[in-house]
Amino acid sequence: MSAIPSNLKFLDSHEWARLESDGTVTIGISDHAQNALGDLVFVEVPEVGKALAKGGAAAVVESVKAASDVYSPVSGEVIAANDALGSAPELVNTDPYGQGWLYKIKPSNQGELEQLLTPGAYEKVLADEAH
Amino acid sequence: MPFIPHTEADVAEMLAAIGASSIDALFDEIPAALRIQSLAGIPDALTEMQVGRLMQSRAQRDGRPLNFIGAGAYEHHIPAAVWAIVSRGEFYSAYTPYQAEASQGTLQLLYEYQTMMASLTGMQVSNASLYDGASALAEACLMAVRAHRKSKSARILVPAAVNPIYLEVARAIAEGQNLKFDIVPFAMGEGEPGKGTTQPSSLEQYRGQDITAVVVQQPNFFGLLEDVDAITDWAHANNALAIAVVNPLSLAILKPPGEWGAKGVDIAVGDGQPLGVPMSSGGPYFGFMTTRMEHVRQMPGRIIGRTLDLDGKPGFTLTLQAREQHIRRSKATSNICTNQGLLVTAATIHMSLLGSTGLENVAAASQQQTRKLVEALTRIKGVKLAFSGPRFHEAVLQLDRNVAGVIEALAKRNVIGGFDLTPRYPELGNALLVCATEMRTDEDIATYAAALTQVMAEAMS
Repeated sequence: MSAIPSNLKFLDSHEWARLESDGTVTIGISDHAQNALGDLVFVEVPEVGKALAKGGAAAVVESVKAASDVYSPVSGEVIAANDALGSAPELVNTDPYGQGWLYKIKPSNQGELEQLLTPGAYEKVLADEAH
Repeated sequence: MPFIPHTEADVAEMLAAIGASSIDALFDEIPAALRIQSLAGIPDALTEMQVGRLMQSRAQRDGRPLNFIGAGAYEHHIPAAVWAIVSRGEFYSAYTPYQAEASQGTLQLLYEYQTMMASLTGMQVSNASLYDGASALAEACLMAVRAHRKSKSARILVPAAVNPIYLEVARAIAEGQNLKFDIVPFAMGEGEPGKGTTQPSSLEQYRGQDITAVVVQQPNFFGLLEDVDAITDWAHANNALAIAVVNPLSLAILKPPGEWGAKGVDIAVGDGQPLGVPMSSGGPYFGFMTTRMEHVRQMPGRIIGRTLDLDGKPGFTLTLQAREQHIRRSKATSNICTNQGLLVTAATIHMSLLGSTGLENVAAASQQQTRKLVEALTRIKGVKLAFSGPRFHEAVLQLDRNVAGVIEALAKRNVIGGFDLTPRYPELGNALLVCATEMRTDEDIATYAAALTQVMAEAMS
């Protein structure tokens, strides 16, 4: 398993969020999540302009064996979606924290980021799940 | 292991394990007052021999009348080989089997079916069937709402000339999921071109509004040909999806929905009954659905794909299962999308025996016999043709008297005279929908005309 970049925050449902320098937030799913799902065959990203609430279903990742909802770690408006995933959903498998990002949001409440898990806390969640 | 789910000993053992005294005791939480002790009107059990005798006597009571009703179910010749093959043990199941990939023959047949339906409708992908034509329309409307993410209204425009029974079913299934159906009237003016069909101009009042999808049925419920190109183009020009309801047999001679208008429709559905399924008191029939690849993940039901196994050999497999209810649960594309494997088997064999030329011949013969029927019946005093436009194999007649009475009088003469449109379309007056397929010979048509002449000669009641 690749090391978790230190600038990410997590939900215990395995989504990550990264605050960018321009104040937007990029969102994806964790390396653990892509590994558990297996080879992704389809990713449904949210529409640009859609308003998302923290914890609401935002995207769907589909592998050969399951389709799972991706929940939004923060509230706000979707300002970009990773259209490359339309033809290359495997980017989520190969580069979950980089080219496999799902969408970007303009957060409506910066405070919500503070409530997310740090990489260390998320690793502890994974360790507990493994038991 | 014997094919007996549980013996009395098994039941006693299981009850003992959970500490229940009897199976009835498992239902103790339901108050006695809410339980039905006996079902009124349900007779005592009969033996197989008694049931056989009862059914035989009822079938005899029906006799073998000449049938001139269509209205969504059509009496066509079915080659004897079709049901002889379907009844083979290897095929004789209503469902895709568990561990489906172990039944390669069944999967290959479903794959061939999908290929035939996609080809017949001119669309890119087909599912392995739905419950029936009416629920297929409901599924198409629900699918359109999922597929058309930019549209927020969940409003569907449905012509009044769509099969009204389909519309009732679509409403029952989809209105509870917040879909709204707006009914578009058909042209009714005397001498108006396209009388009895849906005019694109009657859609104009919806221009600029958020409409999710527009439904169009070809031929429409009155057997008339709609201007499907214009309606499909209107839908797309107004940011709505287009849903086609079609009689699959008619596609042997009519333009397939995949080619309607500039872009073709987005979803095509219908009832597969005309393709080798006998009319049996309303069912079972099967529904079909085809669509474009861009919408495939929103399509309900099973899809069989062709693939290669580990050794590189071709084989068949269920595909895109993650949309389905056994995986996606409440978020599945459908939780009502029962397929009709056995009837699909019949349709596939029927289509492969007839081939495209055979289907064309059946469609053309049906159209010809209906033309003869209309000619013969409209010669009778008090009978006129309601709509003169081009049609497939059904027509609306207007009578100078109550339709129900005429149908009853015809039935006494061993003729099932048609479908009474009066209750559903009072605006059409005393309207009777009649149909002739290739099964109605010239002699049958003469028999009907003679019977109707007698009935219409009687004093008006």
